[in-house]
Amino acid sequence: MIARRVSLLASLGAALAVVACTNSFEIPIETPIRPKLDVAAFQRVLVAGFIAGGTEDVDGNLETTRLLRSQLRTKSELRVIDSDVLPLQDVATEGRNGDSAGGAASTPQAIKEQKDLEAYEHVFANIEYWKRIGEEYQQPLIVTGTVLFTPLQRNQIVQREQEVYDSFGRRRVVPVRTYQERKGFSLDGRFIFIDGHSGATLHSESFNEQILYNANQTTPALSSYFELMDRLIPSFLSTLSSQKIKGTRILLQ
Amino acid sequence: MRIAALTVAVFALAAAPLAADARSDAKKQVEFGITVAQRGLWREAIYRWERATQIDPTYAAAHNNLAIAYEHEGDLNKARVAYEKALELEPGNALIKQNYELFKEINDRTTR
Repeated sequence: MIARRVSLLASLGAALAVVACTNSFEIPIETPIRPKLDVAAFQRVLVAGFIAGGTEDVDGNLETTRLLRSQLRTKSELRVIDSDVLPLQDVATEGRNGDSAGGAASTPQAIKEQKDLEAYEHVFANIEYWKRIGEEYQQPLIVTGTVLFTPLQRNQIVQREQEVYDSFGRRRVVPVRTYQERKGFSLDGRFIFIDGHSGATLHSESFNEQILYNANQTTPALSSYFELMDRLIPSFLSTLSSQKIKGTRILLQ
Repeated sequence: MRIAALTVAVFALAAAPLAADARSDAKKQVEFGITVAQRGLWREAIYRWERATQIDPTYAAAHNNLAIAYEHEGDLNKARVAYEKALELEPGNALIKQNYELFKEINDRTTR
């Protein structure tokens, strides 16, 4: 992602240099993006809840449900159902315990990493359960999934600018590369879209976003969570409703 | 051998004005396409730029403009093909590269 941004900036810089000496015209465009999912059969959407884990500073289930509901209310034509958030982790555990007589593995108490989540994922394939939830709310489109929000620590080379003065006292700014400890968060998971009529999964998409800060910078976990979710929201919304992305391009003669 | 070389040279000389005519005709279509696109008449612009690419298939600017128009209309597959053709014809053109990079950002978002 970062490499893509750097290459984009580089090509933007090179392009600006060329604009001056060619017959080119900047033009605004709006690219319409069709929804990935045909939701014509649904008038209502239920963001049911998420199986969440990672840091205890953020309740991934509650925050993700709240955020997606508020986004859908303002940016989608579907009517958002207000309901209590489903305790999916408990539902999955009960389902698993029911199976455990048959020798199935038990679910971990706390979800700390990706493999802990896997033990709960069977709940999304439980068609009968989702059909029942669908009946309860008059067959809406159901949104659910997994959210893993974990702290991250990484040592990496960072480039920063440093002021230097030569023997004549002239100031210069030079790039300096230093090895630095960086801290931040990683947000991984999956959005799952379930048909409230049949209980079957219609579509699912995985996501992974990371953010890193200088080690001496203290950023609250919740604010990092929202920063990362902000990056995922456009993709989430484009699954359900058409979007128009504004930009500019260069026409050539 | 000499006759063959002479024949090739004669054909090359005869074809040069034809190619120049094709580019000149295509350029008129491209210029008109730009004028109408700037007024928001994107379908007419598409028609003009498609004509330009038919008249002169080696005209990178026409393919680039066509790609932008397809993008604006939401036809991302056609846009990708047109951008790739433009870049194939002029791989070093920084403006086409920039347009293509911006397009890819959007296209990747839809396929993620």
